[in-house]
Amino acid sequence: MVEYTPTEMMTVSAARALKNDDVCFVGIGMPSAACNLARLTHAPDITLIYESGTIGTKPDVLPLSIGDGELCETALNTVPVPEMFRYWLQGGKISVGFLGAAQLDKFGNINTTVIGDYDNPKVRLPGGGGAPEIATSCGEVFLVMKQSKRGFVEKIDFVTSLGHGKGGDDRASYGVDTKGPSRLITDLCIMEPHPVGKQFVVTSIHPGVTREEIIENTGWTVEFADKVAETAIPTEKELQVLRELHARTAKAHAGQQ
Amino acid sequence: MVARFMSLKEAVASCVKDGDTISMEGFTHLIPHAAGHEIIRQGIKDLTLIRMTPDMIYDQLIGAGCAKKLVFSWGGNPGVGSLHRLREAVQEHWPHKLEIEEHSHAAMANAYDAGAAGLPCAVFKGYRGAELPRVNPNIKFIKCPFTGESLAAVPSIRPDVTVVHAQKANKKGDVLFEGIVGVQKEAVLAAKKSIVTVEEIVDDFGDISSNAVMLPNWAVTAIVEIPGGAHPSYAQGYYKRDNAFYKAWDPIARDREAFLAWIEEHVMNGGPEDFAAKREANKG
Repeated sequence: MVEYTPTEMMTVSAARALKNDDVCFVGIGMPSAACNLARLTHAPDITLIYESGTIGTKPDVLPLSIGDGELCETALNTVPVPEMFRYWLQGGKISVGFLGAAQLDKFGNINTTVIGDYDNPKVRLPGGGGAPEIATSCGEVFLVMKQSKRGFVEKIDFVTSLGHGKGGDDRASYGVDTKGPSRLITDLCIMEPHPVGKQFVVTSIHPGVTREEIIENTGWTVEFADKVAETAIPTEKELQVLRELHARTAKAHAGQQ
Repeated sequence: MVARFMSLKEAVASCVKDGDTISMEGFTHLIPHAAGHEIIRQGIKDLTLIRMTPDMIYDQLIGAGCAKKLVFSWGGNPGVGSLHRLREAVQEHWPHKLEIEEHSHAAMANAYDAGAAGLPCAVFKGYRGAELPRVNPNIKFIKCPFTGESLAAVPSIRPDVTVVHAQKANKKGDVLFEGIVGVQKEAVLAAKKSIVTVEEIVDDFGDISSNAVMLPNWAVTAIVEIPGGAHPSYAQGYYKRDNAFYKAWDPIARDREAFLAWIEEHVMNGGPEDFAAKREANKG
């Protein structure tokens, strides 16, 4: 029996969402682990792009920051940041944007700016960085985030990056013609937008997780698809590659002083 | 006028004054930390600080009371957590109130590009469906005069002074950047004055690509040689990012007293010559 943590299940499921021919704009943190796991398993030719300008990067350890030397040294090419955002992202050359969030609503709108009021915040978060335009310029967007009532809310405090807006075809009303969030991978399940309403619907549940757990950890009324799949458990190979990647990363980041 | 070689003290004293708009760039890589320390040591006040990713370098300047306003697009300690000095300035007005102007990376990258290009504003496909335009009056939407498409516009960035770090200058004062080059070239070309700190000054650059990122000496105001001057960020080819120090910064910055003690010991009683040892320690 293969043993794994809910976080490992999430990272593995997120990695599986990527294809070998994807060109993927990688957010830092959880997306970075998932994207590199995909590259080291089923998608060896995937092009990973980080906003620091590195194109086709193949890091041996996960970067602590989005511009670590590892990313540049293993990249096909490194371009200036204005070129990255203007030609490659805005120019429509990137098939998938992989993002995380602090707060998320059922339409995949993302908050990474503030908790509370903008001018008088309870918690000041780092801000949007590249996300507002990654969310609208990439062909589609995958989201990865641990599920909790605090994070998965009915109404986010600030719309840092557009998902499906108010649902339905609202996204298009902002002049955005890309697909938007098409998959949300959590530590409990996988959700996909309803084809018409665009609200997230649970389409696959990770093994051992109950519907009640998903409902308890979600701030909106959870919808389940008519046919809900059970997510395939991580393979030994996936877990081995992921654990080795994390071990190399921990060693590399602790080794300097 | 061609670039002059100066001491760091002379470069900052002659290029940066109270109330200036200053951009200190470097996207994780080549962040001009030694120059940031010098600005704190000289007690320069009321600066408008511009930077896409105001990480530790601006956390220090903000906590030390140098800043009046921050223009930024992502404010955190990457992979570690919050910038506690920035957060306390925003939430508790310590050491004083800090005005913020917040953008996205795409907006700032475009604004630097427009500044370098001599344009008054940048136009791009951005902020669609995003809420920042509600809280930042410097984000507007205009119509393309040809297609009618709605496009975001932000003022170009044209700093009084830009400070960056690079790997090399030659004896004539031309500057070479390698690796992740960020917005450094655009930020220098957009500014009225510029200070470039470098790892070393060489006779010539040797065998480099004809497409290497360079600034000719007549595009730079002052050049200062500071080995290790980007620590704890990194200089590709010289030393690695000191990720352990970025992690160690978190508890220092979290506590006012610990922060002030750190500034006193390492900045007020330190100098640019301290950075060479950091370079050696992080060769890895």
